[in-house]
Amino acid sequence: MISVENVSFHYPGSSEILHRITLKIGDGEFVAIMGENGAGKTTLVKLFNGLLKPDRGTVSVDNVNNKDRSVAELSKQVGLIFQNPDHQLFAETVAEELRFSLKNFGFQGPVVENRVTAILTSLDIEKYANSSPFMLSGGERKRVALASILVWDPKHVIMDEPTIGQDYLQKDRLRNFIVQLVSQNKTVVIVTHDVEFVAECKPRVVLMSKGKIIADGPAESILTDEAAVEEASLVLPQMSQLVESVRTFRAPHNIIDVYSARKFIGDALKERTRRTE
Amino acid sequence: MHKEEYDAQPTSHRSHNKDKLDGESLLPAILARNLSFTYSGVDRRSISDVNFSIEKEEFVILTGPSGCGKTTLCRCLNGLIPNFYAGQLNGELRINGVDVKGKSTAELATHIGFVFQNPENQLFSLSVERDVAFGLENLGIPREEAIERIEWAMKVTGITELRNKAPYELSGGQQQRAAIAGVLAMRPEIIILDEPTSFLDPKTAEEILTVISRLNHELGLTTLLVEHRLDTVSAFADRIIVMDKGRIALDGPPDKIYDEPARLIGIGLPKVTTLFHLLRLDGVPVTTNPITVTQASEALRRVFED
Amino acid sequence: MSLRIVEGFKFTRMDSPIHRMDPRAKFILTLGFFTTSLMFTNIYALLIIFLTQSPLIILAKTWKRWLRSMRGGLFLGIFIFIMNFIFGTSLALSIAFTLRFFVIMSAFSFFFMTTSADDLGLALDQIHVPYVISFTFTTAVRLVPTMAVDAQTVVDAQRSRGLELDKGNIMKRIRNYIPILIPLIISAIRRSVELAEALESRAFGASENRTAITTLTMHRVDYAAIAATAFGIIIAIYVYFYVPLPTLIVPIKMPHLF
Repeated sequence: MISVENVSFHYPGSSEILHRITLKIGDGEFVAIMGENGAGKTTLVKLFNGLLKPDRGTVSVDNVNNKDRSVAELSKQVGLIFQNPDHQLFAETVAEELRFSLKNFGFQGPVVENRVTAILTSLDIEKYANSSPFMLSGGERKRVALASILVWDPKHVIMDEPTIGQDYLQKDRLRNFIVQLVSQNKTVVIVTHDVEFVAECKPRVVLMSKGKIIADGPAESILTDEAAVEEASLVLPQMSQLVESVRTFRAPHNIIDVYSARKFIGDALKERTRRTE
Repeated sequence: MHKEEYDAQPTSHRSHNKDKLDGESLLPAILARNLSFTYSGVDRRSISDVNFSIEKEEFVILTGPSGCGKTTLCRCLNGLIPNFYAGQLNGELRINGVDVKGKSTAELATHIGFVFQNPENQLFSLSVERDVAFGLENLGIPREEAIERIEWAMKVTGITELRNKAPYELSGGQQQRAAIAGVLAMRPEIIILDEPTSFLDPKTAEEILTVISRLNHELGLTTLLVEHRLDTVSAFADRIIVMDKGRIALDGPPDKIYDEPARLIGIGLPKVTTLFHLLRLDGVPVTTNPITVTQASEALRRVFED
Repeated sequence: MSLRIVEGFKFTRMDSPIHRMDPRAKFILTLGFFTTSLMFTNIYALLIIFLTQSPLIILAKTWKRWLRSMRGGLFLGIFIFIMNFIFGTSLALSIAFTLRFFVIMSAFSFFFMTTSADDLGLALDQIHVPYVISFTFTTAVRLVPTMAVDAQTVVDAQRSRGLELDKGNIMKRIRNYIPILIPLIISAIRRSVELAEALESRAFGASENRTAITTLTMHRVDYAAIAATAFGIIIAIYVYFYVPLPTLIVPIKMPHLF
């Protein structure tokens, strides 16, 4: 469990960026933290693995206060994947890149190669094992960065803006991969402002604006809350906009993805046909 | 959302500094014939046999899966290929009827403006006003005319109050507006934008797209927008060009293009389009291919209220 | 990762009579302090020069940060003092050299804190330094905060993979910086390429005669500052040749170690 209690934070020389945030994320939960650029989303997740320490309040991972724990220690359980893979790739080969992470956490012996091969296969990049990471395309580099965090199997996985610059197929693959991680009982937290992507995954959604949490709940309720969505500088999912606009529907306020919309419209049509008969 | 005001373009539209590239107004803004390019040191062609034309004042969206050649094509259009990126360039490319072969990027910059994806890396000065002036200073535009253009460009993009701010003091959306203003000040007839909203949040992205659409409608700026996320953007476009593996796969108006072949290539069609495709499979009597929520809403209303 | 001494050279936008001055006049002022401080090895003279800077620093509303940067330079100053003293320079002279260091550092800090890189670029342009040079300078300054953020991000990203920069012997610590340097260099190169593309697309280098849309103009204050500097240098020369200055009397005799 990741627990943030009454936390405030400011960067040196700047005004406060997080104001008294309280948030609890249970093991195995799938959460999307959303909000405008500058709302404090990335700052918040950097508190999870100890890169930043709060000015006030406490952050705990698995019931232990982060206060005196080092980033290396916390990272064993909390894997944070940064937005830009170029900020971490440096090794001569992709396999070396993964071994680096493992060596930092004290893995040795045959388990190293086993893990490296396993994670490369699961991300469909085993053919690049001996390639230079700098020669790969943007999407492939993103997968290498992802692999280099997952290779040590952290319990909690945090992704910062994983969908930026990705095309439709890449996002689809990412979505499936996240579903896989969740089914492995990992806690998955994504920081994003991609409303349509979140609408298709339906995680718990935490909305932030100007350093505060303004909404927290299931995606269907939060992404259809017009006022909250507007405040967080987001837009309503297209499906929600559609069913709301057809007044005869009197649709429930929880349709955000294509399949729910399809089902709802199909049912509404059957209902109408039944009534006119 | 606040309304932005601006005047129509000042009468000195064509600066004395521009070459007279436009002869007849009937010529397409961009004409590409059998365009191919291979980056030096690479075996495969990045784009092959590209044929298309873009008419003046059209708003075209260029899309396709990663690696399809969109960025390479754009670089050919503004001269970065072959002036900045070396390689083998074949075929014919005409801007406003004139062959671009041998023309430098600087020359083409007065006809084709380019707005890049990352706002941070296309702002050069320590104030917005001086940044918008940058291109004009480079071109040696006389001072009075330059000042007039700078004021106009800032007004049109709604950033006049930000004139003295430094780039790092601006939000992503403001930075992109500043970049667009800097390009507009050079008075190109055509503007290319390469995924300009990638780093912006949805609300800001919509604002920027509205600015771009207004520039197209009210100033007649021929616009080529490269974008993956077709949900919001499709409403503005006259035409979609889909590239795949270095070639043009599809080219036409959105409602014709957003269909099975596009889906197979791996384009992310607007949700409403996908929904209607599924509804048709379910036997729901919807005949149109909507690309916006408004169109879809209309179609559904007709089904449920007849 | 910020060094206090660097803060003393960072420009902040403020509304003060000094900030509004023409950078060329300010630079002449700075040069004035620089040259007069080189003339003297007398502690009292140097102190006077040092104190002459104070009203300017106060006028520029930057004295708090200036103080902090002086504190940051303390280490270097003490180092200069010790190095001189140990190798046989007299106490008075060692103090003088240290004081001179502070005078010069303070003068340049005053200049950079009150002059934006853009204005500096403009000044260089107007004194006919080739545009490429002034542009390189302004761009470098503009990129410093960006690169600093990049550096911090790389450090954060690698620490999140278990890299511990504060552990291990000296060799290990040096090797630990490879995963920091390489991504940083690559990021810098990628950024430079993107910037270059954008520059080309804004017709950089199109014309030999760049228009200068903004120009610096000297006002009365600037001419007054230049006149004051000239006057100050004349006085300094006069004092140097004709006025005997009191010297520092030190009752302690230090043994000669070398």
